[in-house]
Amino acid sequence: MTTKDIIKPENLVYTKSRILNDTPMHYCPGCSHGVVHKLIAEVVEEMDIQEDVIGVAPVGCAVFAYNYLDFDFQEAAHGRAPAVATGIKRLMPEKYVFTYQGDGDLAAIGTAETIHACNRGENIVIIFINNGIYGMTGGQMAPTTLEGMKTATCPYGRDTAINGYPLNITDLLVKLEGTRYVTRQSVHNSASVRKAKNAIRKGFENSKEGKGTSVIEIVSTCNSGWKMTPDQSNKWMVENMFPAYPIGDLKDI
Amino acid sequence: MKEEIIIAGFGGQGVLSMGKILAYSGLMEGHEVSWMPSYGPEQRGGTANVTVILSEQRISSPILNSFDTAIILNQQSLNKFESAVKPGGNLIYDGYGITTPPTRTDINVYRIDAMDKSVEMNAAKSFNMIVLGGFLKISPIVKMESVILGLKKSLPERHHHLIPMNENAIKVGMDIIQKMN
Amino acid sequence: MSEEIKLMKGNEAIAHAAIRCGCDGYFGYPITPQSEIMETLMDEQPWKTTGMVVLQAESEVAAINMVYGGAGCGKKVMTSSSSPGVSLKQEGISYIAGAELPCLIVNVMRGGPGLGTIQPSQADYFQAVKGGGHGDYKVIVLAPASVQEMADFTALSFDLAFKYSNPAMILADGVIGQMMEKVVLPPFVDRLTKSEIEKQSPWATYGKPASRKPNVITSLELESKDMEQRNLKFQAKYREIEENEVRYEELACEDAEYLLVAFGSSARVCQKAVELAREQGIKLGLIRPITLWPFPTKLIQSYASSSKVKGFLAVEMNAGQMIEDVRLAVNGKVSVEYFGRLGGIVPTPDEVVEALKAKFL
Repeated sequence: MTTKDIIKPENLVYTKSRILNDTPMHYCPGCSHGVVHKLIAEVVEEMDIQEDVIGVAPVGCAVFAYNYLDFDFQEAAHGRAPAVATGIKRLMPEKYVFTYQGDGDLAAIGTAETIHACNRGENIVIIFINNGIYGMTGGQMAPTTLEGMKTATCPYGRDTAINGYPLNITDLLVKLEGTRYVTRQSVHNSASVRKAKNAIRKGFENSKEGKGTSVIEIVSTCNSGWKMTPDQSNKWMVENMFPAYPIGDLKDI
Repeated sequence: MKEEIIIAGFGGQGVLSMGKILAYSGLMEGHEVSWMPSYGPEQRGGTANVTVILSEQRISSPILNSFDTAIILNQQSLNKFESAVKPGGNLIYDGYGITTPPTRTDINVYRIDAMDKSVEMNAAKSFNMIVLGGFLKISPIVKMESVILGLKKSLPERHHHLIPMNENAIKVGMDIIQKMN
Repeated sequence: MSEEIKLMKGNEAIAHAAIRCGCDGYFGYPITPQSEIMETLMDEQPWKTTGMVVLQAESEVAAINMVYGGAGCGKKVMTSSSSPGVSLKQEGISYIAGAELPCLIVNVMRGGPGLGTIQPSQADYFQAVKGGGHGDYKVIVLAPASVQEMADFTALSFDLAFKYSNPAMILADGVIGQMMEKVVLPPFVDRLTKSEIEKQSPWATYGKPASRKPNVITSLELESKDMEQRNLKFQAKYREIEENEVRYEELACEDAEYLLVAFGSSARVCQKAVELAREQGIKLGLIRPITLWPFPTKLIQSYASSSKVKGFLAVEMNAGQMIEDVRLAVNGKVSVEYFGRLGGIVPTPDEVVEALKAKFL
């Protein structure tokens, strides 16, 4: 069989979404961001809403999300994505507006913006990548860093006496009247990727109906920051992150 | 015509609204007007004052240190503003609670017992209109029709039925003001 | 039909003018002495008439970022606050300037530093005209001196903001915000339609049609040489604004031997001081910068170079901020002195005249 035969349309078993462009990603090999970007692209393509999506990128590793996804984007200041998304959605209520935020962005510097956007029930989707560490700035402690977990700013492990406790912000968001759908997913194997994609799609569908905020936490790995191989990271995440941040739907009304 | 007025008293006495009605009355006659209140927490229970200027010309500073007329509704304000009346100007004060009356002789001092009168009339809310009546008696800078129009403009429509009562209070004020020097 | 003359506070005038000039959204957080702006908007419920959105945010920080989001969509959006709140907004203002978004920010100044006082002040001059947030950027700053100008400058600020894709600021103070004066409100203008937005702001994120590449609103360039180019573009724009948009008022300057320079409510006090001084035979005039940035440098230069003018007195409700720009313009040709009051005290016209005599006569 020649290459020409292989690339015949009838032999196609997988293609990347056209919404995901050809710019090489800056993410480390093994990083969860690329997978989540792909899922967003697929959902947008399948729902045929490319013209109606406006994304809000965070400060953190995903600061350049707009370089990879082929629709309109705004880059927010650190932590302010839910406020920026509020401004967009209130003025363009017919659009699909989502934020894409890491744990530092959403649960540390942007805690107020996150809680209040959810509490107002803004009809947006919040995609929350929780890997327990600040990747972009070089592996410092995040609000979601686990007890005992070593980072650049807690090199002897997170000591709750000094640093307080891992912040399970998604559990807090469940309690707010404004949230409609709150779920925690992962993307470390095929089954979890499928579930995460369904969750993202549900979030986008919800936002059309105007019934409140959808929060999709993706418990993720940061093998560079965690100083592990991608495979070790996945195992470590299952063993250590999942007990602290259990996977599944927390709220669906 | 140019009249620079300070109205000062306790918050809740209707100091700011009296100033507002005066300003609206001036507006009705086509004058330039400015209304500059003291603002903030001091309004609540503390002292409140408002500077009102009516003029035929463009008004420069809305904040002044001397006035043609001071309308004074408590002792603190009397202490603060007696000296700010221009020589030959007018000072009108309500006698209620005044322990140290004004002493200047180079200005015209008037007393109006509006607080007592409003209690007597069983119309505490008319207090500031009685005072306004007293002022208009000695400085008829705006016509009664303009004041009624001013009231209509400054009061929300649901309170328009109170306008005759206010008009009456203004007339009472005109009757009871007395010159003290 | 000619518009009715109304009597209202400066803060109320801004709110009404915003609705009338086709503003799409207001995002704010209450703070004295400017809360009447949002109160008036909430009372008017413009979302039922013009479709304007009004939202009370959880903080000034959130409010300015909501403005960023709305402005990024090409919408006419604004926020308002007073000094401590405007300090909180500086992060967002820097990002808005860096992303070249048009918007209106209103600062009804109160005395500082810190929590300071709620009484009027002009101590945020430096913050407004010299930057405020991080990075090399400029905000177009208009200083109203009357309730009428509060209304007029609302529409003007939006025009300038969109003309240059740059944030514009109304820098008022507690006097102008709280004072009631006569005002004729601007006529109603329709809000921008979708196609008008696409034409006026083709860079905006209003949803990517198949016909164009994605639009991205960002202030980020990791490559230094790209960031330098971006900055050079900003600077070229700022020079253009300095060339075209200087606004000022001159009062009794023709024969003046001494000139007051004052903006906003200080300028009102100075108008009276000019009247008082002239009664005493002092040839005094007033230059009132209306745009604080761009500053009327050339005008002041020309007076400083004339043989008539012997000195300038900058009158400000701060410890002497605008005086630096006056001195730069005068460039040592004649003496430039300062008079001001601090901490929320408004100088009186008499004090200004006395200060003039003490410094020059």
